[in-house]
Amino acid sequence: MAFRTQRMWTVARTDLRQLFESKDFWVPMALLGGFFFLIVPAFLLLVIANVGNVGAVQQVSQALDLLPQSAQQAVPTVTSSGAEVDPATQVNYTLAVYLFAPIAVVVPLTISSAVGASTIVGERERGTGEFLAHSPADTREIYLGKLIASLIPGYITTVVGFGAYSLLVNIVVGGDLGYWFFPTSSWWLLIAWVLPPFLALALSLVLRLSARVRSTAAAQQATGLVTLPLIIIAYGQSTGALIGSGTATLSLILGAVAWTIAIISLATGVRSIKRASLLGVANEQ
Amino acid sequence: MRRCVHPDEPAEGAYFPPVSGNVRADATIAPDATASPRLVAPTEPTDELVVELRHVFKRFGSVPALSELNILVPKGRISVLLGPNGAGKTTAIRVITGALAPDRGHIRTFGMDPHTQGEEVRRRCGIVSAKPALYDRLSGWDNLQYSAELYGLGRNAVSQIRAAAGRFGIVEALDQQVGGYSTGMKTRLALARSVLHDPELLLFDEPTSGLDPESSHAVLQLIREMTDDGRTVVMCTHLLIEAEGLADQIIVLESGTDLMAGTQQELIRRYWPHDLVRLDAEDPAQLDQVAGWEGVVGYARNGLAEVQLDDLARVPDLVGHLAAAGVRLTRVEPHHPTLEELYFAVRAERRASGVDSPL
Repeated sequence: MAFRTQRMWTVARTDLRQLFESKDFWVPMALLGGFFFLIVPAFLLLVIANVGNVGAVQQVSQALDLLPQSAQQAVPTVTSSGAEVDPATQVNYTLAVYLFAPIAVVVPLTISSAVGASTIVGERERGTGEFLAHSPADTREIYLGKLIASLIPGYITTVVGFGAYSLLVNIVVGGDLGYWFFPTSSWWLLIAWVLPPFLALALSLVLRLSARVRSTAAAQQATGLVTLPLIIIAYGQSTGALIGSGTATLSLILGAVAWTIAIISLATGVRSIKRASLLGVANEQ
Repeated sequence: MRRCVHPDEPAEGAYFPPVSGNVRADATIAPDATASPRLVAPTEPTDELVVELRHVFKRFGSVPALSELNILVPKGRISVLLGPNGAGKTTAIRVITGALAPDRGHIRTFGMDPHTQGEEVRRRCGIVSAKPALYDRLSGWDNLQYSAELYGLGRNAVSQIRAAAGRFGIVEALDQQVGGYSTGMKTRLALARSVLHDPELLLFDEPTSGLDPESSHAVLQLIREMTDDGRTVVMCTHLLIEAEGLADQIIVLESGTDLMAGTQQELIRRYWPHDLVRLDAEDPAQLDQVAGWEGVVGYARNGLAEVQLDDLARVPDLVGHLAAAGVRLTRVEPHHPTLEELYFAVRAERRASGVDSPL
């Protein structure tokens, strides 16, 4: 059966449109993104920037010694005007670049998983799976359309959240440094190369679950079990990529491995969607 | 001309010989049908067939959904799949489009195997499922647009969408979210979506489910109109009155098996090949004597007496002889069985034969 890209995009676009109309879904997700990308960083950075050169900051500053040498060397010591950078700004710089970075992985993974979990079982619960199952659309088109529709909200969250976060840290911390320092090259690699395969891998697993379980609630629970370890791995690997080597090499290797696994998982995941799973018939082989 | 004679009269020239043996007053009229479980053999339509299901089996786990199912749908006609819940109607629709694959059996839709040529088959089919299967968060227009794109009409199918919506009287509601539609409007939208891509075969799975009588009537009228331009319709229903008023061909299903197929008149004539007369009397027990008379091929009394005659022309003589025997008749009328009577008679017989196994 011929694969038609146009139909795949039609499925994706329609799913996204429904998501856009579901305020009860995207408003909490937007709040989640806002909380992790803006509120928490803003609170911490402002507190540290305003408490000044006191003992607490010095203690945090000492913790920077635990960072790998390459990461420590990346922390600026002089401002653009040649003045010495105070410890509070150095702490803020470190937090901005290294501590909050993995959030960029966790939040989109959470959002995309939540969307993906209900995508197929939701069609079945609403009865609209019957329409799709009887339509000329190929199951590969449906699978990839739904994958894209789940991927996009997560990635939009990343880009928007990343943009807002960049603005925040450049204003709060960059003001003290005298220049905008964010995003760093490691961050670009993380967002453009490391994160997408992790999202794709998570979604390939989530869509398999969504095709098998009986209800959206069950899909959400099962998704948590599957994606939580993945989120932890993604968090750990992203942190390592940013902090560990201080170079782009680790990010490139990590991204390549993640892409390979994701592509294999996506290719085999296509077969998990059958018309019967859209119809919700019991025990269909 | 033959005449009826009283059983007590001399046998010479008699058409109604004396009763031999006991007459069961509650006995049903024996149908002239083939042996159970398939009580009436399906006929082979001579027209071009749009759908052929032969000896189709389908199980869901240990539960049989279709069992030796045969359905032949001629082109340009309305075929109604009639049966109780769980009879296999929806599963039959699903295997016709290839949405489900059978375990075994021969299926052809438009002469193609829907399992291997599903895209082409489904592109030529329009479906209205038992639930309208509409996206509640989208507008009516968006629902039609989605279908238009999936069926290859492209993103600019404005004229087709307007035409389909206009045909079913929902143009004004197209901008509203479907979640706010009434059940009747949803059904109309689902019907509009089913014809949007100008399909040759329309498959309706209980399209009047949940509708009030007026809306049901309107929907059935619309379905009838759809065959005016040569489309073939297969409709599932458990409502006898819908099948009676709409069907060119009725296929009665039960437990995943086709019990009989044909036009309403064919089915009734096949089950009751002789004319029926209903009799009543001041003392109904006196009517039992006709059971063994010549020309009476069946007799049953359950309140009224139902007499199956080999020729309706015997009625005047029958009445005359009953009167001569002192029976005071209060009612004599020919009876034309309805589809409902046929349906329940067939089901009763099937149960009696021990093959009624609920799914």
